[in-house]
Amino acid sequence: MFHLDGTTKRFAGRTALGPITLALPAGKTTVLIGPSGCGKSTLLRLLIGLIDPDSGAVRFDNMPVTSVTARAIRLRVGYVLQDGGLFPHLSARGNVALLVRHLGWPAPKVESRIAELAALARFPTDALDRYPQHLSGGQRQRVGLMRALMLDPDALLLDEPLGALDPLVRAELQDDLREIFRTLGKTVVLVTHDLGEAAFFADRIVLLKDGAIVQAGAPADLWHRPADPFVTRFIQAQRGPQIPAEAA
Amino acid sequence: MKRVALLLLLGLAGCSNRDPETPRVAIGAKKFTESYLLAEMGTSLSRRAGVEAERKDLGSTPTLWLALTQGDIDAYPEYTGTITRQILKDNPADLYAALAVHGIRMSKPFGFRNNYALGMRKDVSAGLGIAKISDLRRLPNLRFRFIDEFLDRPDGWPGLKLAYGLPQTDVKGMNHTLAYAGLVEKSLELTEVYTTDGEIAQHDLLVLEDDRGFFPAYEAVWLYRADLEARLPDVVAQLGRLEGKVTEREMQEMNNRVQVKKDKESDVAGEFLESKGMGRTKSTGDNLATRLGATTVEHLQLVIPSLLAAMLVSIPLGVFASRRLRFGQAVLATTGVLQTIPSLALLLFLMPLTKWLFGSGIGAPTAIAALFLYSLLPIVRNTYTGLTGIAPALRESAEALGLTRWAILWRVELPLAAPTILAGVKTAAVINIGTATLGGFIGAGGYGRPILRGIDKGDIPMMLEGAIPAALMAVVAEAAFGAVEKWIARRRG
Ligand SMILES: Nc1ncnc2c1ncn2[C@@H]1O[C@H](COP(=O)(O)OP(=O)(O)O)[C@@H](O)[C@H]1O
Ligand SMILES: [Mg+2]
Repeated sequence: MFHLDGTTKRFAGRTALGPITLALPAGKTTVLIGPSGCGKSTLLRLLIGLIDPDSGAVRFDNMPVTSVTARAIRLRVGYVLQDGGLFPHLSARGNVALLVRHLGWPAPKVESRIAELAALARFPTDALDRYPQHLSGGQRQRVGLMRALMLDPDALLLDEPLGALDPLVRAELQDDLREIFRTLGKTVVLVTHDLGEAAFFADRIVLLKDGAIVQAGAPADLWHRPADPFVTRFIQAQRGPQIPAEAA
Repeated sequence: MKRVALLLLLGLAGCSNRDPETPRVAIGAKKFTESYLLAEMGTSLSRRAGVEAERKDLGSTPTLWLALTQGDIDAYPEYTGTITRQILKDNPADLYAALAVHGIRMSKPFGFRNNYALGMRKDVSAGLGIAKISDLRRLPNLRFRFIDEFLDRPDGWPGLKLAYGLPQTDVKGMNHTLAYAGLVEKSLELTEVYTTDGEIAQHDLLVLEDDRGFFPAYEAVWLYRADLEARLPDVVAQLGRLEGKVTEREMQEMNNRVQVKKDKESDVAGEFLESKGMGRTKSTGDNLATRLGATTVEHLQLVIPSLLAAMLVSIPLGVFASRRLRFGQAVLATTGVLQTIPSLALLLFLMPLTKWLFGSGIGAPTAIAALFLYSLLPIVRNTYTGLTGIAPALRESAEALGLTRWAILWRVELPLAAPTILAGVKTAAVINIGTATLGGFIGAGGYGRPILRGIDKGDIPMMLEGAIPAALMAVVAEAAFGAVEKWIARRRG
C-alpha cells in the first residue's frame, strides 16, 4: 500500500530519516518502533505528505505522494495522534463530523455514520456532545479513532495512540483497537516505543535507530534472530515486572 | 441577528442625511468662546438669507484654514494678525489680494480688536506706579506668567523683551485660566491677556498701554470663500451686517457671560443680534435628554463603522501576517507607529485625503478614518498572536484530515484563535469609544463636543455631559464583549 524508495528527510542539515526503502503491505498491521527521536513520526508524516522528502520517493497505492496528490491521499488515510489531536472548540460529534460536513454530507448520513462508529469504537453516545476537555484520555482516543475512520479509509496511521494512557485503560483500548483492525482489515501503521504493545499488534515490526532500519520482520524474528546487537539490547531493555520472591 | 445589526447601521447612517434641495452653508469656529459666539452669529445671519446653516467646531487655525480652502466650510471668524503671522506668514501691502490668491475673501473688520496685551491688578499697578509697558523697566523683580505659546512666539515675550528692553527674569509658562487666578491672588504680578477676555472686566484689571506699538492689531473679520459670493450673495450680505457693529466692550461682556456666567453661547449671540436689530432666531428648545440622544447617536456613528471597517481589514491582515513572518513584522510595526501619531496631527494629515475620497475633509468621515487607523493594531496583533499560538499538533491534525487550506483556516484556525481575536476587538472598541471624542476637534460631533467645549469654558457639568456617557459606553462595550467571551469559554468547558 505504502512504498518508500531511498527516501531521506533532513531537518536543518541533519538527517532525521533515511535513506529508507520499505514496503508497507496492504491489509496488514506494521508497527514502527525505536528509541525516541529515531524518526518514527517523520516516517509517518512522509506517508501522507505532511512533509516532503529531500530525496527519494514516497508512493501510496502506486501514486506518488506530492503536494498535488496529498489531499486526495489524506482522504483515503486516517491519522490518529497521541491524545487524539482533537479540536477543543468542537464537541466529540463536531470533531468526528468536521471533515464530512465540509464535504457536504447530508445530516442524516452523518448521524448514522457517527452512530455506527460509536458502536465500533465503544464510545458512549451520550458523551458525543461533550467537549474534549470533559472527556477521559481513553474517550478522547476513541473519538480520535472515530474521526480517522469517518470516511472508511484504506489505511490508518497511528502515532503513539496509547502513549498517554494509564495501564488499565491502555490494556482495554489495546484489545479494542486490535479487534477493530482485525474486523476492518485495513492497512495499519502504528508507532509505539513499547515492545510489548508492538508484539501485541504487529504482523510485522520495523525497528528504527537514528533514522535507519535496523531490522524488519515478524515479531518472532526480532526475538529469535536479532540482526544486530542493538536489537538484543533493545529487547532486553524492556523489562517485565520483577516479582520479588515470597518470604518463606 | 446579522440583519438587525445591518439595519441599525443603515439607520445610523441615514440619520445624518438631510434635504439636499435647500442650499447649505457651514460656518467654522475655533476652539474658544469668542470664536463660538461669532460663528453662532454667522449661522443665525446666514439662516436669515434662507439657507440651512450649521456651525462646525474645528480645532485650531491650521484646521480651519485647510477646511476653508478645500471647501468643507464656507466662512469663519478670524483675526488680521493671525492671517498675516500664522496663515500667510507674510505682511503683504494688500491683504485682500494676498488672500484672493487662495480663493478666499475677507470682510471689513467687526469693529473690535482682540489684541495681545499685558494685564495687572489695578491696585498693584497703582502702588508700583505702572501705567504703560515701558514703566516695567524699572522693576526687574516682578513675576511674569505667560502661556507657553506666548513665551515662544517671536511676537510674544521674546520680541516684547527686546523691543522694550525688559529686565525681568522670573518669567514662566502657565495655563491662561490659572494665570488669571494667580493674578487675583497676587501670586504673580503680570500676565498676557486678550483684550476681549471676559476676565478683564470681571476682575477689573488694568491693560497696560503698548506705548511703543509692539503688538500688532488683531482685527476680527470674516474669512469666506470667493465662490460663496457667487453662489449665495445673500449670505455674504448677511454676514457683512456684523462689520463695524461689535465694540471691544460688547465682546468682553459677551465672553464674560459665556465664560464666567455659563450662559449658552447661542442665547448670548442671539440676544446681541436682537439688540442690534438683526433679528433673533428662537432659542432651540433642547434639553439634556435630546442632547444626550443626539451626541450618543453621533458617537455611535463614529465608533461602529470605524470598528467594523477595522475588523474587515485587520483580521485578513493578521492572517496574512501569521503566514509570512517578514511581512507580519512589517505590518505590526506599521500599525504600531500609526497608534503613536497624536490625534490632532493625524486629523490634519487625513483632511485632504478624506476630502478627496468622500468629498468632505471635516466631520464624520475624517474622524472615522482616524479611528479606523487607531483600531488596526489591537486587532491585527491579536489575530496574529492567536493564529501563531495554535499548537502545531492541532494544525497537523487538521492538515492530516484532508481539509483544504481555506477550510483549515475557516473551520479550525480562526475558531481556535477567536477568543484572542475577540479580546483584540474588545480592546479596539474601548480605545475607539474613548478616542472618538476627537470628533469634537473636527466637527464630527459625539461626546467630544461637550467635553472639549466644557474644558474650554471651564464648564464642568457640560464636560461631564460628554465624559460620563463616554465612560458608560466604554463600560457597556467591555461588559458586552466580556459576556460573549464567557459564553464561548463556557461552551468549550
Ligand atoms: N519539524 C522539525 N524540525 C526540526 N527537527 C525535527 C522536526 N521534526 C523532527 N525533527 C527531528 O528529527 C528527528 C526525528 O524526529 P521524530 O520523527 O519526531 O522522532 P520520533 O517520532 O521517532 O521520536 C529528531 O531528531 C527530531 O528532533
Ligand atoms: Mg514521535
